Amino acid sequence: MRLTCPLCGERDRREFYYQGAAEALQRPDPQAPAQVWSDWVHLRDNPAGRTRDLWFHEAGCGAWLAVERDTVTHEIFSVERIDAG
Amino acid sequence: MRVEGYGREIDRAQPVGYRFDGVSRRGLLGDTLASALLAEDVRLVGRSFKYHRPRGVLTAGSEEPNALVTVGRGARQDPNVRATTLPLFDGLEAVSQNRWPSLDFDAMALTDLAAPFLGAGFYYKTFMWPKAFWEKLYEPLIRRAAGLGALSGEPIEEQYEKAFGFCDLLVIGGGPAGIMAALAAAASGLDVILADEQDRLGGRLLSEDEQIDGQPAHLWVAAQAQALAGAGVRVMTGTTVTGVYDQGSFGALERISATQDPADATPVACFWRIAARRAVLAAGALERPIAFENNDRPGVMLAGALRSYLHRWGVAPGRRVAVFGNNDDAHRTARDLAAAGVRVSALVDARPDAQNLAGDVPFYPGAVVTGTTGRKGLTGIMLRKQGGAQIRVEAQALGVSGGWNPTLHLACHLGRKPVWNPGLAAFVPGDGMVPGMRVVGAARGAFDTASALAEGAEAGLAMAEALGRRRADVAVPQAVAAGYGIHALWAVPGGGRAWLDFQNDVTVKDVTQAAAENYRSVEHMKRYTTQGMATDQGKSSNVGALAVLADATARSIAETGVTTFRPPFVPVPIAAMGAGAQGKGFAPERRTTSDAASRARGAPMIEAGLWYRPSYFPRAGETTWRDACDREVRMVRESVGICDVSTLGKIALQGPDTGAFLDLVYANMFSTLKPGRVRYGLMLREDGHVMDDGTTARLSEQEWVMTTTTAAAGQVMRHLEFVQQAYAPDKAVRLTSVTEHWAQFAVAGPKARALLNTLLDAPLDDTRWPFMACGPVTVCGIAGRLFRISFSGEHAYEVAVPARYGAALFERLVAQAEAMGGGAYGMEALNVLRIEKGHITHAEIHGRTTAFDIGFGRMVSAKKDCIGKVLSQRPGLTGDSRAQFVGLRSLGGEIPAGGHLFAEEAKPVAAHDEGYVTSTCYSPTLGEVRALGFLTNGRARHGERIKMVDHMRGITTLCEVTDPVAFDPEGGRVRG
Repeated sequence: MRLTCPLCGERDRREFYYQGAAEALQRPDPQAPAQVWSDWVHLRDNPAGRTRDLWFHEAGCGAWLAVERDTVTHEIFSVERIDAG
Repeated sequence: MRVEGYGREIDRAQPVGYRFDGVSRRGLLGDTLASALLAEDVRLVGRSFKYHRPRGVLTAGSEEPNALVTVGRGARQDPNVRATTLPLFDGLEAVSQNRWPSLDFDAMALTDLAAPFLGAGFYYKTFMWPKAFWEKLYEPLIRRAAGLGALSGEPIEEQYEKAFGFCDLLVIGGGPAGIMAALAAAASGLDVILADEQDRLGGRLLSEDEQIDGQPAHLWVAAQAQALAGAGVRVMTGTTVTGVYDQGSFGALERISATQDPADATPVACFWRIAARRAVLAAGALERPIAFENNDRPGVMLAGALRSYLHRWGVAPGRRVAVFGNNDDAHRTARDLAAAGVRVSALVDARPDAQNLAGDVPFYPGAVVTGTTGRKGLTGIMLRKQGGAQIRVEAQALGVSGGWNPTLHLACHLGRKPVWNPGLAAFVPGDGMVPGMRVVGAARGAFDTASALAEGAEAGLAMAEALGRRRADVAVPQAVAAGYGIHALWAVPGGGRAWLDFQNDVTVKDVTQAAAENYRSVEHMKRYTTQGMATDQGKSSNVGALAVLADATARSIAETGVTTFRPPFVPVPIAAMGAGAQGKGFAPERRTTSDAASRARGAPMIEAGLWYRPSYFPRAGETTWRDACDREVRMVRESVGICDVSTLGKIALQGPDTGAFLDLVYANMFSTLKPGRVRYGLMLREDGHVMDDGTTARLSEQEWVMTTTTAAAGQVMRHLEFVQQAYAPDKAVRLTSVTEHWAQFAVAGPKARALLNTLLDAPLDDTRWPFMACGPVTVCGIAGRLFRISFSGEHAYEVAVPARYGAALFERLVAQAEAMGGGAYGMEALNVLRIEKGHITHAEIHGRTTAFDIGFGRMVSAKKDCIGKVLSQRPGLTGDSRAQFVGLRSLGGEIPAGGHLFAEEAKPVAAHDEGYVTSTCYSPTLGEVRALGFLTNGRARHGERIKMVDHMRGITTLCEVTDPVAFDPEGGRVRG
């Protein structure tokens, strides 16, 4: 598997640390109910198909990346820095 | 026997001595083990997997199911090596497999007589009862009787390598199609790797009598090797591409050295990981046999393999040879053998309308081979002529061709299925099975040389164009476009056992039986019969077996489908895939700057992650580690000790918003910290549990440095980067790991300041350097940093210098300490000192404890948000029901970590469990055994007696519950 880091270019997946679903980016408001927080921390979908997850270019530039890919075909649609938007 | 005037690859002037099953033999330079054995008329080379039937060489390539041997001895023993691909070398020792006591007389061959009871699924039916017998009796018996070669059981001695390759275009297969693809792509400006499994380029052309551009094909190949080198193509022969992975990643096994010489340090093989933007699969095709009764006699081979042995190594496996086929290609074998002077006793063609293309040989159109004679080697064949008459024909070898299967395995590795082509009676790859890969030549079903050359050239140019290059002008050489004319024939009807899968002893009857027992899916049939398993993965049997299954289930072959193709294409030694990752390659050593000095002082080193740290520093007269440890603890409490703390993670934080950022990642407040001051910080995970702790110093307005625990340094760095990039992208703060840049030493004890004052350019005092102060210092003329922090509970500092001065500073500190009655201390003493003070480590913050549990609940600031704050206040994570951090004082006996806590009168069972021990020591300071642990509602129970039970070690100890801080609870010493 290869990922194209927006800063470093195309790299082998061994350079990256896999974290999990990109939902982690949508941190609830501190005032949100406990249930909202609990769901956000603990509940994740397990899709057969498109998914968006987080990869850390640990052996590279140190950028956290949101990768949109297909869990069935393994096609990669986009790789973006999480702090770019 | 050798055939005069043939053998393009052997050197008749260079004999090679080797041994097979202990017998000294002689081959020629350029032989494979298989060609050398056949040249000496050795046809019996192995026994079959299940029935121990005599078996001989079937093929001339890596698809070989029968001729598997064990090479080398001891740690260099290599089982299941294919004799057909093993280059002969002087001193080679090979032995046959799965026979006892010898290949010629195999007592286990009795199994063959029991064959009627051992058909498909016999394991599942026969050994059902009694249940216990399976593990104790049946399985060991079966394992001994059935199998292939064995491993030595010793750690390997051979060297393996790994490597990474990058190219625009990877061409897989160096036959006519692959050569043209590589040439055309390179001429158009692409960076090309051409990999071929064999030791030389040419593919099928090496084995044929053909012309290309008016010259013999094998000489044309030799000329192209020059052209490829000239065009800058990286040619990797002896390299099998073993797997296709995502985004243009490929695995490839390069065989480098075949010698077994222990003195030869050349790697045996190298496993490549190749990243290619595009790929061309030109892997050719594999011939398939036809099933008929007793078609597994040694001497029954594939027709194309006979041509390989004749043309490449000048070998014919018998004086009289017969050929049986269902296509025009089989006729070539009869033609070439006859031309070489080998007697062709019959050319049998199942097609009634077949024309003889082989010249003056006995020709039987519309006929089939119905059986064979000769147990350990073929003596003759029975054939049924058109019209039904049965005759026997003498033959020591029979070349069989049931047609060719495109070698499309790699195209299927990403999960797409090939499509059935009825005209070719073969599966062919569809379009786009692997993104960026094109399949050409025989691998696509274009079996003639002219098509292979043209398709290869076009693919090379198309790939160049796809990558933005201009198509070069490439002339396609002239070659024959021979016909094929196949008429499918999978199995000759008749009684007896007709073998489909030689390697796993699967017959036509086994497959029809599987179908009859409703194992109709091809995947079920495979598992029920074991067809297509083991080292050859059914390369010559899969299509035949599923054709028989299709017939038995009254479905078409297309409907029946194929089993899943998975990497690797050929067996890959795990040692090759894991090359460089054994031992220290798996866990490299990280050493501190004081490492050499610590070892020189006799300190046993212990691992802390990848780091090595001194356990203790033994002195003369000390007999146990406890002696040294107790002395080091007293040293720190009474004078001064030195400890290397460089392994703690150090993260530099810079920027005007660092304080605000730290407020988010730490539970407690940091933005209020003044420059020149240090604060202890607690980090939570978002689920409310403690992640890590450490101190962070504010060196100046915008310059901070955080320490993490040794174990969590990487995790904390990732976490900080995530929090900054995900939740605080607008905050002006930048993070840099500086763990390895600074050597840092704890100087701890009542004489710590006095010691440092001998090395610092400016003396320390309490006004400028109170507890938790930090700042720049000059150490022996070197710019460093000083932090007045303490893990031991003593008046202590940590002094940091650039790592290149670490070794020198450590020596100076220790020498000075020793002169003052102190010295270096190790991990054991460090641990005792912190347990006496009730300081936590990851033994306590093990991932299931909260800030509340460890007594730091009030550190979670109410004035701000932080990671983990909301969920740390969930019901159940605070309160009386939680196991809370306590100290334990032994009332006699040990308190081992891992022991559990029970009420004094309670039965020590899980239902009464009230807590557990996390850390333990003998405290020389207090003269008693002390421990730390967690106890339900523990903070309200100081003074209670509790029972510690360690079920594993069988220890029960009564303890008194105490405050975690056992020594100097007021903290006077740290400020003094």
